[in-house]
Amino acid sequence: MSASHHNAASHDNHEEHHVVPVSVYLGVFFALIALTWVTAWISTIDLGPLNIYVALSIAIFKASLVVLFFMHVKYGTRLTKLIVGCGLFWLILLLFIVMMDIWTRSWMGVPGR
Amino acid sequence: MANEPAVALHEAGHTGAHAHPGYGEVRHHFESYAQQKDASTIGMWVFLLTELMFFGGMFMAYFVYRQWYPDAFASASLKTNLWLGAFNTTVLICSSLTMAMAVHSASTGKRLLLVGFLIATLVLGSAFLGVKAYEYHDKWVHHEIPGEHYECEGCVDAGHTSLFFALYFGMTGLHASHMIIGAFILLVLIWQSYKGKFSAKWYTPIELFGLYWHFVDIVWIFLFPLLYLIDRSGKGGIH
Amino acid sequence: MITATATKKETKNYLNAESGLKSWLLTQDHKRIAILYLIAVTAFFIVGGLMAVLIRLELATPAGDLLDSNTYNKVFTMHGVVMIFFFLIPSIPAILGNFLLPLMIGAKDLAFPRINLLSWYVYMLGGCFGVFVLITGGVDTGWTFYTPFSTTYSNGYVVMTAMAAFINGFSSILTGLNFIVTVHRMRAPGLTWFRLPLFVWAHYATSVIMILGTPVIAVTLFLLMLERGLHIGFFDPAYGGDPVLFQHLFWFYSHPAVYIMILPSMGVISEVVSTFCSKKPFGYTFIAFSSVAIAVFGFLVWGHHLYVSSQSAYAGMVFSILSYIVAIPSAIKIFNWAATMFKGSVRLETPMLYALGFMGLFTVGGLTGLFLAAMGLDVHLTDTYFVVAHFHYVMVGGAIMGYMAGIHFWWPKMTGRMYPEVWSKVAAGLTFIGFNLTFFPQFILGYMGMPRRYHVYPPEFQVFNVLSSAGASILGLGYLIPGIYLIWSLKYGKLAGPNPWGATGLEWQTASPPPTENFEITPVVTTEAYEYTPQILAMIDSSPTQTTKEVTHVG
Repeated sequence: MSASHHNAASHDNHEEHHVVPVSVYLGVFFALIALTWVTAWISTIDLGPLNIYVALSIAIFKASLVVLFFMHVKYGTRLTKLIVGCGLFWLILLLFIVMMDIWTRSWMGVPGR
Repeated sequence: MANEPAVALHEAGHTGAHAHPGYGEVRHHFESYAQQKDASTIGMWVFLLTELMFFGGMFMAYFVYRQWYPDAFASASLKTNLWLGAFNTTVLICSSLTMAMAVHSASTGKRLLLVGFLIATLVLGSAFLGVKAYEYHDKWVHHEIPGEHYECEGCVDAGHTSLFFALYFGMTGLHASHMIIGAFILLVLIWQSYKGKFSAKWYTPIELFGLYWHFVDIVWIFLFPLLYLIDRSGKGGIH
Repeated sequence: MITATATKKETKNYLNAESGLKSWLLTQDHKRIAILYLIAVTAFFIVGGLMAVLIRLELATPAGDLLDSNTYNKVFTMHGVVMIFFFLIPSIPAILGNFLLPLMIGAKDLAFPRINLLSWYVYMLGGCFGVFVLITGGVDTGWTFYTPFSTTYSNGYVVMTAMAAFINGFSSILTGLNFIVTVHRMRAPGLTWFRLPLFVWAHYATSVIMILGTPVIAVTLFLLMLERGLHIGFFDPAYGGDPVLFQHLFWFYSHPAVYIMILPSMGVISEVVSTFCSKKPFGYTFIAFSSVAIAVFGFLVWGHHLYVSSQSAYAGMVFSILSYIVAIPSAIKIFNWAATMFKGSVRLETPMLYALGFMGLFTVGGLTGLFLAAMGLDVHLTDTYFVVAHFHYVMVGGAIMGYMAGIHFWWPKMTGRMYPEVWSKVAAGLTFIGFNLTFFPQFILGYMGMPRRYHVYPPEFQVFNVLSSAGASILGLGYLIPGIYLIWSLKYGKLAGPNPWGATGLEWQTASPPPTENFEITPVVTTEAYEYTPQILAMIDSSPTQTTKEVTHVG
């Protein structure tokens, strides 16, 4: 009835759904909780300009855990991975290209900016 | 994309809606259950892609203004309640776990566990919204809602802090509206699960809703550090 | 059910399978939904067209004698909003794409029929908001809604109009989502990616843009509505906001949206050119990948709309270079179509006439786009009629020509009837002449410095404006005639048969109009696309003028 816990290799098999063991969920869960409080704690320490990078790195790591394990992308098809990749690529495109404008506006030294 | 095998799910002789035992209904235009399930899953992922870009526009605005007004953002961010934010993050992560467990229970065909975990998810989601409502009320009391009566007591660069709160309400509001929609869908799913609509062979709606719920969780995972955790040490701007 | 079997041997098809208004409004058949879209989209085209009539009438004389400046602002805004959001964006994807995508890939329907119907209702809801604005007094911001004018100073119904576009965006997201999943998971056995018709490739690329771009305009309009309605500053300089950020977010969608309009047209042209040359398109793979390349590169060039704003000049340079790059895949297509026609026996049927028109006009539109992509020249040309002429060459000369080509090409498939040949050729000719007469003078006007969006102009510009208005009336006639004979053909047109043009796609292998389930047996594909078999070629040769009467069943 239920799929075996050990058939991690059957990526191409759409019929048989991969069942992630509960222990994985619990591991991810505790990591997420711990990282939440770690990031809250680190924010109270003055790291200068590094604070935002640390905070964002932790957030990206947490999000990756959710995407890979809770959303099953690690066990998903190549198409799912492609869609996730596309999303990230276009988001970065939007953020990076607009920031490109923001970062270079003052270079000309035109008043008002 | 190019190497992906062509769809070869052709089963001759199936016309009209037909039911496989335990699989729910296979709609008439699909050849097989597997094709239908696959299509739904891809559809959900593509939908989440649009959601990502939807939130992406706001994140864009956030990064631009934070780059320009670091001091205003830092001091306005101190007006948020770190403990409530961290607590709410914890609550939401718990709800993500219960949702993942709900999908797990569905895939192993445990009906009562499924119902239980879905209810737990709903309760945790509502708790999150409750805390959020309390925070909004707090902002209301302190006139920290952008508009005519806006003020930011003791803020550095106070003239630009309203941008922070505009984004704060825009982003958390959009996030909360996704939670509210999710809660209503959860109610339906709880009812359907209780009625035994899903089985270990067919639980696609549970699975797809799980994806949606986790996505909403991920948005919050980014909102928490970006809105609550700017310069908590209080020793100056980010630059 | 109607007793269709009684007298004539009328076969069951998607049109007569069920009857009554309810069977249309609650249908989940992609072909019927396409017809619903056809009716709604045509209605909006008429509305937008009437606005264009008012604009051209006003501009026939230098003085503001027909409309005052306020009304004129509202008229050109509504012309833009209606034509872009409610006509051009849904036109080919939602009508022809909806109708043909499942047929072309041998599927019974799109992956999500109910979502497909929902997208039509969402579109109509957005349309209701649009019509409401139109009736109650309009809006004067231009279709671009630039802040801070739109959020602070405009007197019109900005929130309502933004809401109309916002809602309409979801309709296009739903369509795009449906197309992507359908192409991935609904293809007939044996139909690999590189056997797909180029129309399908073009629609796949279009859907990618719809999926990734539309949400950004949605959130931008959402912020705009909050700022206008609740006075929450997001872009308002009074709070330190950046109006240019609005332009960035707006054009992140709205530039790729141009490719939402033109890519499906290019898909149509690929099919039409191949069919009427009876040749496999030259460089199939290049045309297929150029569609995807346009979709991707189209996202990298939006800053060329912001050269004269306070956008950084350095960012402007990068955008300028990237804008030149996007011309490459477009040019690949044009060259490949030309190469397909080279030494082919080209049949100048009506769809082919439109396709030829497309190729010429789109080339002009695309090349003048390069003028505008050059940052220095753009400073002179920004907000002049040169820009107006350029984007009309792309959108009307390109997208609408492609749309007309597609409608004429697949009309026999959609309705089972042929339209009168002579009239349709006359209309195609009138459209081409009228179009050029309308918009070519605008290039000159723009180069001379006439700004867009004014209801009065100096008298020395009148000659060209009169030419333009005269051309517009010919163009209007060119659109009116097809409207008449296409409706006429529904009842009086000759029966078309399954494959009137001698085309190769799967959609031509089923009856015209197709049965509800599209194919009686799920087709199995064993050959490449555009395989002109000896039977098809013989059929074309034996009756060059009578092809419409031959009922040849291929496959």
